[in-house]
Amino acid sequence: MIDTLIDGLFGPFVEFGFMRRALVGCLALSLSAPPVGVFLMLRRMSLMSDAMSHAVLPGAAVGFLVAGLSLPAMTLGGLAAGLAVALLAGAVTRSTIIKEDASLAAFYLISLAAGVVLISLRGSQIDLLHILFGTVLALDDPALLLLGGIATITLFGLAALYRPLVMECVDPLFLRTVSRAGGPVHYAFLGLVVLNLVGGFQALGTLLAVGLMLLPAITARFWATDLSGMIPVSVVCAMMASVAGLTLSYRADLPTGPAIVLAAGALYVVSLLIGPRGGLVHRLIRPRHLEG
Amino acid sequence: MSPPTGAIALHGLTLGYDRHPAVHHLDGTIQPGALLALVGPNGAGKSTLLKGIVGEVPCLDGRIDRSGRADAIAYLPQSAEIDRGFPLRVLDLVAMGLWHRIGPWRRAAPYRDTLVEALSAVGLVGFEDRPIGTLSGGQFQRALFARLIVQDARIILLDEPFTGVDGRTSADLLRLIGAWHRQGRTIVAALHDLTQVRSHFPQTLLLAREPVAWGPTDAVLTADNLARAQALSEAWDEDAAICGRSAGGVADAHPHAHPHTHAHPHSHGQARDHAHRDAP
Repeated sequence: MIDTLIDGLFGPFVEFGFMRRALVGCLALSLSAPPVGVFLMLRRMSLMSDAMSHAVLPGAAVGFLVAGLSLPAMTLGGLAAGLAVALLAGAVTRSTIIKEDASLAAFYLISLAAGVVLISLRGSQIDLLHILFGTVLALDDPALLLLGGIATITLFGLAALYRPLVMECVDPLFLRTVSRAGGPVHYAFLGLVVLNLVGGFQALGTLLAVGLMLLPAITARFWATDLSGMIPVSVVCAMMASVAGLTLSYRADLPTGPAIVLAAGALYVVSLLIGPRGGLVHRLIRPRHLEG
Repeated sequence: MSPPTGAIALHGLTLGYDRHPAVHHLDGTIQPGALLALVGPNGAGKSTLLKGIVGEVPCLDGRIDRSGRADAIAYLPQSAEIDRGFPLRVLDLVAMGLWHRIGPWRRAAPYRDTLVEALSAVGLVGFEDRPIGTLSGGQFQRALFARLIVQDARIILLDEPFTGVDGRTSADLLRLIGAWHRQGRTIVAALHDLTQVRSHFPQTLLLAREPVAWGPTDAVLTADNLARAQALSEAWDEDAAICGRSAGGVADAHPHAHPHTHAHPHSHGQARDHAHRDAP
């Protein structure tokens, strides 16, 4: 019984190298993206990160046009485009009457359309699907190194930025009055977001790159009260979703990226129902209130 | 020529939004150790002046001289734009006041006693580990005062610190302000309750965009001055002409291209006699 369970869960990873690579890549992404997602969620920037993930596409597409399905070219292109859009959207917000969400929406629609057109110039429908939904089962050594490097930079970066970043989330005005760190911290954080989007793009494609970033972070909110709890919970959620999604996609022959994101989505729905911090079930069965 | 620690010198200061002055040609010095109340009707520029001093609102004209170090000023904004839904403990909120001592990377743990002491000084013993979202309005204001204590600044600016706070809490916080005053800190507080001002603040600046009067509280808060402040503060003229008065009389780049006598929107004449009176 237990043997079948273990075999069911881990069989594919024992048997196939490409599944092990996919697992390692997803676990690396699970270490770095969810903590970034926790901060995005707490700063009410969840949708903004989604918009930024689409902005990665035209950059990756230019890389694709120049060098075909080559990892370094597409990564560099995506990184450049993502950073450019993050900075431009900020500049448009500061210098015109348009609010940040509106300017990001404008940028991401333009970049998504431009990206699809650029890829269609040279590539096939299959290439387009690969770029939109990722190729987690085809991660090669450089891709794994990239994902590992991104995870390392992200964790060290977040540790270095942690205190000013929390202050900037909670009380930006206070941070402005005591230090000029606010601006640089904000941009460094955006840099980490773009870095993780590019990482997510390798595994899950541009359309779902934020899946492993945001879903586990939002899920963690139902299980922990403060940051020191939410960050580890989100990482564990993402890892569980990676293993479950990869196994599921192998067994049921589903597309891998969407399967992983769906697994994260299932964890979210379960937490929404039974999570101890504001889960729906706990609203229905209310214990008697305490003495005043 | 920088003023002594704890002093703020204002030279022909004009602050505003979109070229419309909200504080207009303010001259004077807030002496070190002063306990100054900022009084005036809504829209008189009290908040703008405080924001100008911390650098949140840029000067349209004139300048502010204050003693150099960045940690010299602590500022409590009117309705703090604090995200109270953020999962943060009260102790962590108060610990933000340690920024000048620990910066982004040093440990806060050695200062735990300082933090707990500050919390007990504002009557929040045992609240260390409560999430900030569970505090009431008054308790939250007390926590922000604890953060001010931890900041340990020479100059403390308070923007309507007692709005939405009950009598007992404001009495406690006023006692704290008195203690700061005795420690020689400079305190400027924007306030609405004139009884509070009369009984606790030795000096007052009555503001209605123009400075109406500045000096000992009893001399400033006369019925006459208050009525004039009310009358002055009302209009925001969309088509206001460009102001011809230069900052503090220095280098008049545009020497009265139009005379002051024609329909000038800022009613200079009425406020002028008191405009340049310094605090004693």
